Amino acid sequence: MKSKAKTAAVTVPKPPLGKRLKDNWQLYLLLLIPIILTFIYKYIPMYGIQIAFRDYKASRGILGSKWVGMEWFERFFTAPTCARMIRNTVLLSFFSLLWSFPVPIILSLCINQLRFAKYKRVVQTVLYAPHFISTMVVCGMIRIFLSPSGGLINLLLHTSIDFLTESSAFRTIYIASGIWQDAGWGCIIYLATLSAVDTSLYEAAKVDGASVFQRIMAIDVPALLPMAILNLIMSAGSLMNVGFEKVWLLQTDLNKATSDVIAVYVYQQGIENAKYSYSTAVGLFNTAVNIILLIIVNQIAKRASDVDFV
Amino acid sequence: MGKNSKTSGFSERTSDIVLVAITLIVMLLVAYPLYYVLVASFSNPYDVYAGKTFLLPSGFTLDGYKAVFADANIFTGYLNSIKYTIIGTIFSVTMLYITAYPLSRKELPGRKFFSLFFLLTMYFGGGLIPTYLVVKQTGLINNMWALFLPGGVAVGNMIIVRNYFQNSIPQELIEASEIDGCSKLQTFWNVIIPLSTPIMAVMVVFSMVAYWNDWFTALIYLTGAEKAPLPLVLRNVLIKSSASAAQASTISGGYAELNKITEMIKFSSIIVAAAPMLIVYPFVQKYFEKGMMAGAVKG
Repeated sequence: MKSKAKTAAVTVPKPPLGKRLKDNWQLYLLLLIPIILTFIYKYIPMYGIQIAFRDYKASRGILGSKWVGMEWFERFFTAPTCARMIRNTVLLSFFSLLWSFPVPIILSLCINQLRFAKYKRVVQTVLYAPHFISTMVVCGMIRIFLSPSGGLINLLLHTSIDFLTESSAFRTIYIASGIWQDAGWGCIIYLATLSAVDTSLYEAAKVDGASVFQRIMAIDVPALLPMAILNLIMSAGSLMNVGFEKVWLLQTDLNKATSDVIAVYVYQQGIENAKYSYSTAVGLFNTAVNIILLIIVNQIAKRASDVDFV
Repeated sequence: MGKNSKTSGFSERTSDIVLVAITLIVMLLVAYPLYYVLVASFSNPYDVYAGKTFLLPSGFTLDGYKAVFADANIFTGYLNSIKYTIIGTIFSVTMLYITAYPLSRKELPGRKFFSLFFLLTMYFGGGLIPTYLVVKQTGLINNMWALFLPGGVAVGNMIIVRNYFQNSIPQELIEASEIDGCSKLQTFWNVIIPLSTPIMAVMVVFSMVAYWNDWFTALIYLTGAEKAPLPLVLRNVLIKSSASAAQASTISGGYAELNKITEMIKFSSIIVAAAPMLIVYPFVQKYFEKGMMAGAVKG
């Protein structure tokens, strides 16, 4: 996936660098603002990560604050809810990935084989819709549907369960609503991949008497596999990146046994309690685990398919 | 052979029916929750909670919508969201274009370095607090620009746009315009921008949706309640279930009436918040796949 065949062309000697810089001054001018903004708001914060190892005091600045080494990390690992938060974070994203990953693949295999163009378009429009709704609104809907008095789910089940106070229901709620919101949108990349499949393959398969199911298994699935693996690797690299927004909005005091995750803790400690150094340390731990996971999964995939994806 | 084609013809039809049935069920599962909220927003909330509104409104009323627009907080949030969405979209799409264009020109010295400079920020970042501290130091707390500037360039989208410039715009046109004496900026203005409307439409919609729906950035950086965008205002209505003081003072029917309005406003505010983006995206839907594919091609 890396190498690109170089076209053999007559090589014209490049003009000197000074002239090339001068020829392109307008392009550099365009890049100026994006570079400045990216430097200030992306690179300077990377430099600021070191406050995870310091006792940051705004009045002293980053370099003036006392170096404390691993103290914040030790405090996190000895915090009473530390093990629970790590477990909840990993389990929530692991189960989320497990359930959410196959759905767009199966859906796009079905949608791709629909033969009525207009109907196909309608299916796509409807399936994409929830992606365009704010998590705030989605969580509002979840709360309405799960309400113990008159919520849709309880009406249908003839029960009056307060699901959001049951820690055993939290993961299911989180994952099911996630699939509802994003499985359709997740189809786009697969549908785009499938639309590039050579249609003569289908014709040939039809002549050979292959059923639709056989065509899907023999043509579409192999065509999707590289994209699916790539997606899986990228998701594995963000396994610890449980979205803050939904968890925070669906968390109640009673479901914390499963809804207490690192991202919410980072927010509470950092923004609500202004414990800047401690929050940064916890966030850094989270990122470090992510990077390690990404490398491990990439290695496994490389060995399995001889392709270096990342 | 004849028999074979007949069975395959039969199975084609069966499989069509199966596929349509599957996709119909999926569509229902996706659309019904939204439909239910829409129906409930026109109904008496007590009928909703009694299970009388599974298919059609019961006790038809527009009071929910009246209450939404009468609520000063929601109204301010609405205006804020419109303002942030317009300014943010113009800002973001401009940033995407002025970054993607230079990086799409292969002759630019240092192109690889600049690409890497932006790309790295996709994989590494400072995290919540270090970013917050920089935003604070640059004086953006409780300033609208905190919603736009720290996001800077949306790198994933920028790559999609750059690949579009490289792969979907005929390079001969660019060369021709420069042989005719256009500068690189003029080429950008006269060739690239007019020829990239499909990807621009997609990016405009992506940005609009992102700004319209965002509340986390506002939660952190916009400390003043009067600057909160709509979703953040709705947090009180939808998540905390609290009636605002403004509502309580304007309603004269006592606690029961207030309670009723509090419930109705939940449904109508969901519709009011979700509708604008749900109306917009189908118009550019046909470009989504194209754009995604352009972005997936490594260049």
